[in-house]
Amino acid sequence: MTKYIGKVWRVGDDIDTDLIIAARYLNDASEENLKKHCLEDVIPDFIGKIQKGDILVAGKNFGCGSSREHAPLAIKAAGISCVVAQSFARIFYRNAINIGLPIITSEEAVWGISTGDRIEVDVNQGYIFNMETGEEYETETFPPFIQEIIKAGNLLNYVKNRVKFNG
Amino acid sequence: MIIVGMTITEKILAAHAGIERVRSGELINAKVDVVLSNDITGPVAINEFNKLGAKKVFDKSKVVMIPDHFSPAKDIKSAEQCKAIRDFAREQELTHYYEVGQMGIEHCLLPELGIVAPGDLVIGADSHTCTYGALGAFATGVGSTDVAAAMATGEVWLRVPETIKVVLKGKPTQPWVVGKDVILALIGKIGVDGARYQALEFVGEGLEHLSMDSRFSMANMAIEAGAKNGIMAFDEKTRDYVKGRVNKPFVFYHSDPDAHYANEIEMDLSQLKPQVAFPHLPSNTRNIDQVGTVLIDQVVIGSCTNGRLEDMRIAAQVLKGKKVHPYLRLIVIPGTQAIYQQCINEGIVDIIIEAGGVFSTPTCGPCLGGYMGILAKGEKALATTNRNFVGRMGDPESEVYLSNPAVAAASAIKGKICSPEEVMEND
Ligand code: SF4
Repeated sequence: MTKYIGKVWRVGDDIDTDLIIAARYLNDASEENLKKHCLEDVIPDFIGKIQKGDILVAGKNFGCGSSREHAPLAIKAAGISCVVAQSFARIFYRNAINIGLPIITSEEAVWGISTGDRIEVDVNQGYIFNMETGEEYETETFPPFIQEIIKAGNLLNYVKNRVKFNG
Repeated sequence: MIIVGMTITEKILAAHAGIERVRSGELINAKVDVVLSNDITGPVAINEFNKLGAKKVFDKSKVVMIPDHFSPAKDIKSAEQCKAIRDFAREQELTHYYEVGQMGIEHCLLPELGIVAPGDLVIGADSHTCTYGALGAFATGVGSTDVAAAMATGEVWLRVPETIKVVLKGKPTQPWVVGKDVILALIGKIGVDGARYQALEFVGEGLEHLSMDSRFSMANMAIEAGAKNGIMAFDEKTRDYVKGRVNKPFVFYHSDPDAHYANEIEMDLSQLKPQVAFPHLPSNTRNIDQVGTVLIDQVVIGSCTNGRLEDMRIAAQVLKGKKVHPYLRLIVIPGTQAIYQQCINEGIVDIIIEAGGVFSTPTCGPCLGGYMGILAKGEKALATTNRNFVGRMGDPESEVYLSNPAVAAASAIKGKICSPEEVMEND
C-alpha cells in the first residue's frame, strides 16, 4: 500500500529527534513507551489527540539531530500513517525507509496544508492532494533501489530476500 | 565524456563498493570496516539482527559495542540495555566490547584505541560517528536497522554525497580559539541543514594549525550542519596520531585537484573569535564579545566533542587557582579512562576539585540529558557538547549554550558566560 488518507498535524522547521522522542525516555525502547512520549514537547499530549492514520506534515530538516531509530519508530507506533516534509535530515530519512515509515518530500505542498486538513498522499505515484482546498501537488518519487526496500516493507525483509543466513 | 577527479569521500566509497568510480547521487552497496552501536541503539539493533535469522556477526573484530550513554547504568532499564549489549558481545565474542572501567565515550574511545584507521568506511548507530572523518576515514551515522543489516552482511547501502569544500585560511591569532570555534562558526554561517546529505571536506593551510583533538571536534559536529560526513585529508598530524594505535594496514586518500565540489566556503581563522551557540540550535552562534549578560547555573565540560585531553588541559589552565562561582555546578567528564588517568597524572583533577568542580568517570551522561547533571525548569547551562536543542539537558524549559572548554571554564568561575580573558587578565 502506498496511498494514505488522513487528517493533518502540521509542525514547523528543524523538528529534531529530541523533540520527537526525548533522550530521557530512551532507556526503554518498547513501542508502548515510545508512542506515549512521541512529539510531546511539540504538541502536548500528542498521543491523546491523534487518531490512527493521521498524517504529520513538517517544514524543513525534519528529524535532524541524533541517529535514534526510536524517532521514526515512535511516530509509527503512535499511529501516524505517513510523514510529509519540505526536507528530511538524512539519518531520519534512511531510518524511516529502513523501518517502513512512509515519508515523502514536497517543498510546496507543505505551504498549502494546515492542521486539521484531510489530505491524500500517494508515495509511489508521487502526489499529494489536499481534500480541503482541492489543490494537488506533485512530489518526488524514490529511486528504484529505495522502492525495492519499500516494496519489501523494510530493510530487514529486503535483506532477508537477498541473503540466506546459514548460521 | 570528461572524466573528472574524485574527492576523498568518493574514493573511499568507490573502494568499498568495489568499483572504480562513483558519482554523487548514486546509490551503492559498500563494505564496512567498523560497525558501531551503543547502549541505546545496540539493543534495538540486536533485536533486528535476531529477526533476520543471522546467527553470527559477519566479522567479530569489526562489530563494536560501547555502553556509554546511560552507563555506568543510571537505572534499572538502562542496566537492562547495557546487559543486552554485554550478553550479545559475549555470545558473539566481539573483539571490541569495553566494559565500564575500560570504556569511554565511543567517539573518543575508538580513535584512541586505533579501532578506526584512515581510509576506513565506518557506520555507527550514533549520529556523531562522523567524528572519525578527522582521521581521513569515511564515517557516518545510521540507524539501528542499518547496523543490524551490516552486522549480518558486512554491507550498507549509501547514497554518494556531494562534497562541500571548506577552505581554512590563516592561523588562529585570537586567544583560546580551537576547532570547536571553527565548526560553530561554520554552522552559524551555513545553518543546521546547510550541508544536508553532503560531505564537508576541510582543506587549507588553516588545518595545519589545528591539533588532532581540535579536528575531532570539527568532524564531530559535521552532523550539526546536517552533513553525512566530515572529512580531512591525512597529514603529518594524522600520521603521528595513528602511530602506535592503528595496527592494521590502511590506505590514505587525497582529493584529486580536479575533483568536483558542490560548493566552496572560505573561512579566515585569523579573524575568528571564540563562539557561543545560543538556544535552541547550534547555528545560533555569536562571537564571545557579543554574548551580553547570560547568567548560568551549570557548566559541563566533556562529551565526544570536547572531552579529550587538550580540552581537559585548557579547562585546567583557566581554572587553576580559582574557584567556581557559588551556586554553580561545574561538571567535568573526560572522554575515556586513559584521558582520566592522564588528568590525574598531570594534576588536572586536583585543579578542578580544588576549584570546586566535579570530576566524573567517562559517560555521555548530561550531554543528552541522561543523568549526572540534569537541568531543572528555567535553568541555563553552558556546555562544551554539541547540541542545544529544546530539552536536550533536562526540562523542556531549560536552556543549553555551547562553547569551547576555555569559555566554559571561565564562565564557571564568573557564573555568567564570559571570555577566558576576563578571568585570566590578572595572571
Ligand atoms: S557525548 Fe553526547 S553527542 Fe556524544 S555520543 Fe554521547 S550523547 Fe551523543
